[in-house]
Amino acid sequence: MSAVRRLSAALLAGAALLGTAAAGQLALAGPAVAASASPSDAPSASASSTADPEDAPAPTEAGTSFRTATVIRPGQQATAQASTGDYLYWQFPADAGQGATVDATVELPDADARHGESTWQLDVYDGLRRRQACRYGMQTRTVAADASTVKLSCTLRTVRAGAEPWSNDPLPGAYYVRLTTLHTASADAGLPVEAAVTATTTDAGSAQDVDGSLAAPLVQGSAARPEPDGGWSSGWWSARWLWTAAGAVLAALAGIAGYRATAGRGRPSHLPPSA
Amino acid sequence: MIIRWRLAAAVCGLLVTLTGGLAPATASADGPAPAETSAETSKDAPKVDLVLDVSGSMRARDIDGQSRMSAAKQAFNEVLDAAPQEVQLGIRTLGAEYRGDDRKVGCKDTRALYPVGPVDRTEAKTAVATLAPTGWTPIGPALLKAADDLEGGDGARRIVLISDGEDTCQPLDPCEVAREIAAKGIHLTVDTLGLVPDAKTRTQLSCIAEATGGTYTSVQHKDELSGRVKQLVHRTVEPAVTPVPAKGADSCEGAPQLKAGLYTDRETFGEDRFYRVDVRPGQELRASVSIAADRAVHDDYGVQLRASTVRGREIVRGEATGDGRTDVISTGLRYPKADDGEAAEDADGEPLPETVCLRVSNAFSAPASVKTEPGLPVELSVDVVDGPDSGSDAAFLGLGHGWWFLISLTLIGLAAGVLWGWISRWRVTVWRTN
Repeated sequence: MSAVRRLSAALLAGAALLGTAAAGQLALAGPAVAASASPSDAPSASASSTADPEDAPAPTEAGTSFRTATVIRPGQQATAQASTGDYLYWQFPADAGQGATVDATVELPDADARHGESTWQLDVYDGLRRRQACRYGMQTRTVAADASTVKLSCTLRTVRAGAEPWSNDPLPGAYYVRLTTLHTASADAGLPVEAAVTATTTDAGSAQDVDGSLAAPLVQGSAARPEPDGGWSSGWWSARWLWTAAGAVLAALAGIAGYRATAGRGRPSHLPPSA
Repeated sequence: MIIRWRLAAAVCGLLVTLTGGLAPATASADGPAPAETSAETSKDAPKVDLVLDVSGSMRARDIDGQSRMSAAKQAFNEVLDAAPQEVQLGIRTLGAEYRGDDRKVGCKDTRALYPVGPVDRTEAKTAVATLAPTGWTPIGPALLKAADDLEGGDGARRIVLISDGEDTCQPLDPCEVAREIAAKGIHLTVDTLGLVPDAKTRTQLSCIAEATGGTYTSVQHKDELSGRVKQLVHRTVEPAVTPVPAKGADSCEGAPQLKAGLYTDRETFGEDRFYRVDVRPGQELRASVSIAADRAVHDDYGVQLRASTVRGREIVRGEATGDGRTDVISTGLRYPKADDGEAAEDADGEPLPETVCLRVSNAFSAPASVKTEPGLPVELSVDVVDGPDSGSDAAFLGLGHGWWFLISLTLIGLAAGVLWGWISRWRVTVWRTN
């Protein structure tokens, strides 16, 4: 009897644990799933109150300023006819936990019409028009006079649900994309080009919510080496250990209590199974 | 027995799932509410004035074997056919009438061929058909008149200038004229198109476009011309938020009080401008500013937006620097005002708002030859929304994550179970011995 009891108690605790973990994953995925179900309702509704944004065709025009930036849905390729030197603006929504990548391709004018190399740049700004850093991707590229296309790309940091006002971390909201030529032969100004931009958002996963830790503190360029009492923290201790331990004990106790409440006295252990 | 513990496990799991499942629902309910800002788009009809150069040089036959004039006429016909109903279209010519050599007379030669208003396509086309390349190229005066044509109303206003040569009526620099026009009226852009342009024409037309936030296009082929003009006319119809003019003060004391909205101002090189915004406890101030480089400026530049208290303590700042060719440099800031119940209250027990001073400063510089007046265009966007939820921890609702979490939970659970077993065994022993 006691062996059976012990086993079932352990199983119960395990089930409770797994249940918590699964629910946690669900909770983390919840908002992201909801967001991907209606990726651009709010922004596109305000920009053009046309029918269902899911059915809307890909935009074929770009805006010319932050104010007039064209709304694109993630995953959709927006195109625009423009002149060399134009500043082209688009915007797309990105929600917490998402990572966004913007890819742009510019079809350059015919090589025989051009006179020199040109430099193109893709910038991404957040909803408050703050420039966002690209984790990777070629943001600026110089191409030779005979190149036919320029490909640019920018992968943003994972969008966080919240950040301190003093930080520049990406937050949920609109992201502006600006595509322009940074430098071109003056004779090439105003020549027609064709631009295509795609913004893709991916769920970065909850692992991105956790902050990392530095291998060494930021101390350099000075003879003195300041150090806190007891040295720099090793980074393994956190109050979360206490919370986790308390949670585990509570889960185990609750499992046992639940078992005792429902199991009753049980079958007498001295009876053979076939009786 | 087995059925019973299965049932217990199911109940347990269900409970956990339920409580876990509730979490996202509450989280999304607390999440940021959709912004209900007064994003007002103007209701007046958008106006476009097409300004066509009809100077003698338009006779040159170098656009797909046609003369520039006939290419322009054909493009105008197509544009008139494709123009959206809601747009008010006008056509102005420059250099269309005076054939003589008197510069004074030639430089006044600009005429409204078709007044800005609802388009009668046949009438407009007939008027265009009569044009013949004639005289001088008074771009500056034509721009001034075109701006007058577009007077009135609150809608988007656009001048589309099509020319094949530089202005022949110096010293009135059309580029300066364009900047003056843009500084006077809000929301007026000049887009320029150069027909088979030479270097000087290109520079001048680019400068005009840059001064007003417009675009410059170089046209080599007929279809490029009509395509681009159609695109520009359509752009005018796109709904856009119209900014409200505001005039920032040079200190926080006399600064204008701003509510949520979009504002424009002008700020010269190295100038600071102050604005005030009221923020209640529990609200968040969001502001962003863009300063446009509408003239030739040095390659490195910056902008700073600073929020401070009335007494001058800095709260938060946003700053940006940049280099190279740009249309605007912009930055923004957030200031969530904590609702700690310590704010002073008014007679009705409502907490008094805090006045936040916003300072906009720029670090643009320009060669000595560049005029500093009027200042650079500033666009300031202000919003006041509900404040953020105070997150207790970086993790979602404080939930754990990862294998270490699971393993430690399991081990601690196991330890607790073992302990419980020992206790019950000890109790049984005690009971038996008694």
